[in-house]
Amino acid sequence: ALPRKIYQGPYDTREPVSAIEDITGYNNYYEFGTGKSDPARNAGRLKTRPWSVVIDGMVKKPQTVDIDTLQGWFPLEDRLYRMRCVEGWSLVIPWMGFPLAALLRRIEPTSKARYVKFTALADPKQMPGVKAGILDWPYVEGLRLDEAMHPLTLLAVGLDGKILPNQNGAPLRLVVPWKYGFKNIKAITRITLTDKQPATTWSLIAPHEYGFYANVNPEVDHPRWSQATERRIGELSRRPTLPFNGYAEEVAHLYKGMDLRRYF
Amino acid sequence: MAPSATIGALLPLPVMVYDAFTGQLGANPLQRAEQQTGLLSLTLILLSLACTPLRLLASRLGTRLLWPARVRKTLGLTGALYALIHLGIYLLDRGPGLLDFLQDALKRPYITVGLTAFLLLIPLVLTSRKDSVRKMGFVRWQRLHRLTYLVGALGVLHYWWSVKEDHTPPLIAAGILLVLFALRFVKKRSR
Repeated sequence: ALPRKIYQGPYDTREPVSAIEDITGYNNYYEFGTGKSDPARNAGRLKTRPWSVVIDGMVKKPQTVDIDTLQGWFPLEDRLYRMRCVEGWSLVIPWMGFPLAALLRRIEPTSKARYVKFTALADPKQMPGVKAGILDWPYVEGLRLDEAMHPLTLLAVGLDGKILPNQNGAPLRLVVPWKYGFKNIKAITRITLTDKQPATTWSLIAPHEYGFYANVNPEVDHPRWSQATERRIGELSRRPTLPFNGYAEEVAHLYKGMDLRRYF
Repeated sequence: MAPSATIGALLPLPVMVYDAFTGQLGANPLQRAEQQTGLLSLTLILLSLACTPLRLLASRLGTRLLWPARVRKTLGLTGALYALIHLGIYLLDRGPGLLDFLQDALKRPYITVGLTAFLLLIPLVLTSRKDSVRKMGFVRWQRLHRLTYLVGALGVLHYWWSVKEDHTPPLIAAGILLVLFALRFVKKRSR
């Protein structure tokens, strides 16, 4: 086996990497079922090549691009990020990808663009969860343009130096480490620049429980459970949850003056 | 009959312990054990509620079944045992801090409801001995033990509120409870 990469970049956490079996075996990916091991069991059948991504909306260079072409545009970077699920557990994940900002610069949002909307694949033939209903498909997520341009915001195509496993969102997934995991939309097929805040999947299902921002915040509880602590998968006792999942220094300024209880 | 019900109801426990020690409870073992014991508890309590309707239905069809009455107590008691383990795992998961727990119990409806169901189980367990019926008198004993329906209803609500999105399993539990409750009235009217 190759020695594990050393993560010492400015954005890497120095915390130990979670077990790869946990990262690839304990997933929320309702397109493949609601159980934590359903994605690992069912996502194998997803065909991730050929795969095209539609880039449209308020951009100067709208286009449909093949995934291999798209990821060839940018040097791939390794990023070791914490991932905090809204359910109260967390992992430390060695992503590989490129900053969303790099893509946005290339496609050139117009001056009217304020938000980025992401749409995932919803194919009932390949995805048993889509066939079963459960959520309103396709899964949609969104970011404010300044959040999207933040250097921490990643489009991941790989994990642990290898191609992204299907259950982790292959071939293209969003990673926004200071937000709850459900913001990290998987199997992206479309990226749309818009001037309106996109209606996102979970905030449509339960608007009082899941907001558009979904910043990790130990002080704003989920209506049904506390967000003050989390279980790092692999550990027995819970640990305190950090504001913005430990990335406050990098991102808190984006929300200056905002009431984070209101914009949860 | 009763011993086999006891064995059947308790069998998941050693399996769970074995799974825990061999890593087969998955990446989040405490949560898995918590969910499994909760579901087992609710299942056994619903099964205990099914005993009387089953006996009455059989007798209307002309068959006298004795075993449902004999296993009812076992089902109820093991259901209560799993509720106790479920609560224990929850407390272990939360970590120390009784005050925090009480605060949680008051602030979060699904905890309040679950804890209430558990507390209501206590008098039922305490009056489950054979001589309890005699001591209390059958009518009073029966009235007290109708609380099981309330425990079942609170259990279903607790289950409903604890899942994130897919409400199918708690809906099934609610449906079973409603049918069992309805059967009570059918029986009364037809007598």
